[in-house]
Amino acid sequence: MIDVEEALARVIDGARSFRERKPVLIGIHTGGVWIAERLHKGLGLVEPLGTLDISFYRDDFSRVGIHPQVKTSHLPIPLDGRHIILVDDVLHTGRTIRAAMNEIFDFARPASIALAVLIVRDGRELPVQPDIAGVAISLKPWQHIKLTGPDPLGIRIMEKSE
Amino acid sequence: MNIAIVGGRVIDPAHDVDATTSLFVRDGIIAGLGEAPSGFMPERTINADGLVVCPGLIDLRARLREPGCEHKGTVETETRAALAGGITQLCCPPDTNPAIDTAVAAQWLIDRARSLGGAHIRPIGALTRGLNATHLADMHALHKAGCVGVGNGLMPIKDTAVLRHALEYAAGLGLLVFLTPEDPWLSQAGVMHEGRMATRLGLAGIPESAETIEISRALMLIEETGVRAHFCGISSARSAALVAEAKRRGAMVTADTPIHQLYVTEDDVGIFDTNYRLRPPARTAADRDALRAALATGTIDAVCSDHQPHEADAKERPFSDAEPGIAGLETLLPLTLRLVELGIVPLTTALAAVTARPAALLGIPAGTLAVGRCADICLYDPRTEWTPTPASVHTRGCNSPFFGTTMRGQVAMTLHEGRIAYERPGPR
Amino acid sequence: MAIEPDNAYHLRHFLTTEDLSGGAIGEILDTAESFISVGEREIKKVPLLRGKTIVNLFFEASTRTRTTFEIAGKRLSADIININTSVSSTQKGESLLDTVRNLEAMHTDLFVVRHPLSGAADLIARSVPKHVHVVNAGDGRHAHPTQGLLDMFTIRRYKGDFRRLTVAIVGDVLHSRVARSQIHALTALGTKEVRVVGPRSLLPAAVESLGVSAHTDMETGLAGADVVIMLRLQFERMSGALIPSAGEYFSLYGLTRERLARADKDAIVMHPGPMNRGLEIASDVADGPQSVILPQVTNGIAVRMAILARLAGASAGEGRTS
Repeated sequence: MIDVEEALARVIDGARSFRERKPVLIGIHTGGVWIAERLHKGLGLVEPLGTLDISFYRDDFSRVGIHPQVKTSHLPIPLDGRHIILVDDVLHTGRTIRAAMNEIFDFARPASIALAVLIVRDGRELPVQPDIAGVAISLKPWQHIKLTGPDPLGIRIMEKSE
Repeated sequence: MNIAIVGGRVIDPAHDVDATTSLFVRDGIIAGLGEAPSGFMPERTINADGLVVCPGLIDLRARLREPGCEHKGTVETETRAALAGGITQLCCPPDTNPAIDTAVAAQWLIDRARSLGGAHIRPIGALTRGLNATHLADMHALHKAGCVGVGNGLMPIKDTAVLRHALEYAAGLGLLVFLTPEDPWLSQAGVMHEGRMATRLGLAGIPESAETIEISRALMLIEETGVRAHFCGISSARSAALVAEAKRRGAMVTADTPIHQLYVTEDDVGIFDTNYRLRPPARTAADRDALRAALATGTIDAVCSDHQPHEADAKERPFSDAEPGIAGLETLLPLTLRLVELGIVPLTTALAAVTARPAALLGIPAGTLAVGRCADICLYDPRTEWTPTPASVHTRGCNSPFFGTTMRGQVAMTLHEGRIAYERPGPR
Repeated sequence: MAIEPDNAYHLRHFLTTEDLSGGAIGEILDTAESFISVGEREIKKVPLLRGKTIVNLFFEASTRTRTTFEIAGKRLSADIININTSVSSTQKGESLLDTVRNLEAMHTDLFVVRHPLSGAADLIARSVPKHVHVVNAGDGRHAHPTQGLLDMFTIRRYKGDFRRLTVAIVGDVLHSRVARSQIHALTALGTKEVRVVGPRSLLPAAVESLGVSAHTDMETGLAGADVVIMLRLQFERMSGALIPSAGEYFSLYGLTRERLARADKDAIVMHPGPMNRGLEIASDVADGPQSVILPQVTNGIAVRMAILARLAGASAGEGRTS
């Protein structure tokens, strides 16, 4: 079983090398925000972190529609020319990251974007790879992994039918 | 042609006949009931086992749309539809285009139906020239040409002096005047009953007073002039009460209601269902119930189809743009029979409302199976269930809220002037 | 959860606020909240409806509604085509449904329809193929559901829980599709009391059957109200004998500061626009501290975005895979 705290420690560790760039953290709702908050604390950053809800940028919108409880994307500081660490809980197909990057570019033109994720699983559909990862696992195609939280953080692996 | 109709349940409300017996037709007239006249040799014997044999129906109001709106219906299509509905005689309001305001126009309609072998048209002549509501029409000439009475159709006579003169003149000739009880000021903007549903749907309403005011105005003049008058299509409880009271006072008034008025209510409009865009409008359930009761007591003398056929496009519009009315010739009989099923009136009363009673108020020798009378006969199967659809009916009209609704009671055969004018295809 | 089961009809089309449950309305308002932020961004655009074609089909003049729908559609990245046509021209030539079928043949995904006759949007909705959506932007006196919901959005933002509110709707209720849509939404949301106030000749028959109380006296109608909604006096629809004069109307039903003092001291004043200053509302009230008339317009864009997004997104799903 995955040890969340251990994986999280590895993410924080991996992110240290980005510190000198004065990165801005942006978490993707909902799990990514939880990880970003922990990372924010772990790196001892002072600038507030940003949050993204990528609902308006999803590519499966015409199939699944819109979720009624869309969270507001909140990017409290100007991002132009800044180095961003985009944070999510699980990297799976890569589509969420694609949507998140599109959304960021509708706000500003950052200097760079790095990707930090707690869990990397197989099943990539886009050329997206993490720069910082907590743990890598391999799952059956019908399995689904979900971060529960925010306190304590936990991992649930579900069969798709659930 | 000599025809024997044997084994059917013969009902003649005019003479309290209700018996399983035989009926004999010779030379276009009814030659015998129960017993064949001496020397009668049938050329055709119709087995009416299980069928009801009643007088051909008399429809007090059916718009054929010819002349003027032949894309909605013609004398040919609609008088054939009438026969398929068991109707052998029908009154045609004068609001055709041009209006039935000359003897020639009236005669043309009668002859046209006759030459086509359709139901007998009894035109209602115009009360005013071109229905212009200012100048009286040649009522005597219209009457001589075969009109059963005079009226102004759906065109209102706003000027009370004109109406009074028209009624005086008609009274002097002993003519029956047909009046549409609709106050133009209160009804012109409206498209449905003014009430809960109109408020919900944001549709302009026709208040009940639009009808009661016009009935009241007309009654004062009817009683003053002594004319015989008939109210076409009353739709509310208050209207029925006004008519009942006038009858008690001895006024020479009669009234009808469209058969569908005894079934529909404002709620049926639902979400802008233009099949329920009606004139008069469907009112409340209480009004519907009062109309049913008024039919049972005789306050309402007759029911009619109030046939108003339309092409499909006339109803595929926003509600207030849609044209009003139901194509009702072929549902008149089953809807009348349903009143019996619902326990509102006994069968003889129901049939009287479409045979003997309209004949009596029109003063025509029809609507009965008495020996010596014209052989207008309807044979229907009281048990057959059928579902009218635009494709299955004979009218050109595509508009009925009853399409798709199961009806009980279907015409098997209609005899008109002793001739088999309609026979439902297929084995029975 | 998906927008409530009310029925699938409402999900495919947005024609009326009637039959929408309080929960369903709440969900749309929640979605609208999230769209508010889009309007505050540098790039006021999200790609949700990219590649979709929306036709604004207006058979009746309207500046504000058409413009806010246009902005809403554009912020969702849809292509918007405006077609303004008068009813008289369609009556002469092709029928309403023919006009719609022609536009449909051009692969329209969504129609926003404004028409002077009640039921026109329903008629169109019944005739379009399954993948095409229809939003009612006002039909006759029947409904103006997006306006109704944006008013609910505004009330919720300023006043919160509907179950504690008394709302007075003042003026020409008879001819007002806005009032009908507001009333249905307010009752669905469990509003404590909904009043309509106006001369009896401008209140529809049996208006109480909509779940409101009717008042012909402005003072009692406004007493203690938390929300005062002024309706436009629709001169173009008056047939003449409904009110004696603009002056008498204002003296009896015009919203002045003195009259507003009858309402709760924190009452908000709303108006769906366009306003007739000095006819139904005094300028100092319209521009006063209790007026939320301009925020109504801003909120209109977000609410219309929410509705467009909900329809174009087929069925709402909760599944989110990473």
